[in-house]
Amino acid sequence: MIGGQAVPLTAIFQPSNHDPAAMIFWKIRLPRVLLAWLAGAGLAAAGMAFQALFRNPLATPFTLGVSSGASLGAALAVRLGWSASGLGVSGTSLGAMGGAFLAIAIVYGLARLKHDCTAGSMLLAGVAVNFFFSSLILLLQYTADFYDTFRILRWLMGGLQMVGFDAPLRVLPWVALGCVLLASLAGELNLLSVSEDLAASRGVAVNRAKTLVFLAVSCMVGVIVAICGPIGFVGLMCPHICRLLLGPDHRYLLPATLLFGGAFLVICDTAARTVFAPTELPVGIFTSFLGGPFFLWLLLKPGKLGEASA
Amino acid sequence: MMMEPALAINSLSLSIRGKPILRGVSANVGAGEVWSIIGPNGAGKSTLLKCLMRIHGGWTGKVLLRGRDLAVFSQRELARQVAYVPQAGGNQAFPFTVREYVRLGRYAWSGFFGSPHPEDATRVENAIERTDIGGLAQRTLDTLSGGERQKVFLAAALAQGSGLLLLDEPAAFLDYRHQAEVAALIRRLNQDCGVTIVSVTHDVNAALQAGGQVLALRDGEAVWNGRADDLADANVLQSIFETDFRFLEDPSTGLRLVVPQGERISA
Repeated sequence: MIGGQAVPLTAIFQPSNHDPAAMIFWKIRLPRVLLAWLAGAGLAAAGMAFQALFRNPLATPFTLGVSSGASLGAALAVRLGWSASGLGVSGTSLGAMGGAFLAIAIVYGLARLKHDCTAGSMLLAGVAVNFFFSSLILLLQYTADFYDTFRILRWLMGGLQMVGFDAPLRVLPWVALGCVLLASLAGELNLLSVSEDLAASRGVAVNRAKTLVFLAVSCMVGVIVAICGPIGFVGLMCPHICRLLLGPDHRYLLPATLLFGGAFLVICDTAARTVFAPTELPVGIFTSFLGGPFFLWLLLKPGKLGEASA
Repeated sequence: MMMEPALAINSLSLSIRGKPILRGVSANVGAGEVWSIIGPNGAGKSTLLKCLMRIHGGWTGKVLLRGRDLAVFSQRELARQVAYVPQAGGNQAFPFTVREYVRLGRYAWSGFFGSPHPEDATRVENAIERTDIGGLAQRTLDTLSGGERQKVFLAAALAQGSGLLLLDEPAAFLDYRHQAEVAALIRRLNQDCGVTIVSVTHDVNAALQAGGQVLALRDGEAVWNGRADDLADANVLQSIFETDFRFLEDPSTGLRLVVPQGERISA
């Protein structure tokens, strides 16, 4: 098995549970892989939904500022020491989800305000939202004590270093909820990805469908960012690659994106913790390292991206 | 016994940001009729269609669809009764194939979790066959010409299985051959399938050739309503378009066609 500490396969299934190798597998690596899979699947599905909704392959929660909104909420929760938890959801998660909702509301409002919003203005709005939230996060860090600052900074890098099944189990219901919601909206996403007017004329209750998509994305991104930090570009790359392979029909695209996104983040995380072993890199650094060039490639690719408008 | 009109529009008005776009438009479209909505640019023709399809909300007035108030329809119920073909143009962000796109027309009939309707496959193939786009079925939409794309849009609306078709400038930007094909296709839909057609056009000759009824809008107001045959009248056209027209007779059909009175022609 791959990692800083070699774990022989035979050790894993030995009945003696006190073997440190078996402990590493069951208590550290397995939950980590599960978490990476869930987070990757959720982020990829959220990206797919936003790309359809904004009819733009560059529009994802990360590029439109939803992750930084969630980050701000989480940082605020850390800073104010909201440790109170309700319904098994921690204060940080609630803060991140609130932040995600806020950012989505801003993005949504901007999209509504300028109805004929082009790809360019949409992305610029995302950049502006990102800057705004980032400056607020910096402000929080500046006023925080050393311990909180480090916690926020480390968290902002994005990482999957969790011990035990607590984290994956906390993410699971929200990602599942979001995915079921998106699965029920596959037909609506197909039509919305063509045009909102057309969707309405084919019988989609457009506002209701959009609200549900925003809700599903907020649930998933909020809780994933709260626990794993803002892991960028998974939602940009995975749906795009799946669409190239399978075409734009969301009934097939959603399951493919879930599988691909999950697998992608597991592989990225495996690479992140082995490339400089025994030093483990935060996975967010790794995905951004891949995603930045991919984003530029999409932007510069000859085609009609610039004109693809609402 | 009076037949219930397919669509009864009663003083429909719409203002956007205080600016009136439609002012008390009324019309009674009988089942199986062909209607052309004409008028100068900015008269509110396309907006009227969008109000009827409830793409635009916030309008006042009463619209009855086969005797039932439009306001009580769910969007899905509405789409089973009415199909709409938007103005051509606009890039697709994600290229569907022609068959996939036509299949999107079946949305209103899908069930729980988007499960397909038993008639989906036959309806889709039927629509593709009727519009004669079988050869394009595997191509993606972005590789088609404007005329081919318009036929695909019609096929998707046809797959929707509605008895009323709202068309926004179906022949705009098409070359002559495709204009003729699309016009013939629309006529066949009306005559063979009994589909009621309401078509927006800025081209008076297209309305004259389509026959049926004409509703003329100017500045959001219905300024003329009558049979297409009666439209070929200098005073009527002058009042709609505020410019002079001359008439030519098509020797083969005897149909009067119009030429706007430009300086060069009058010289």
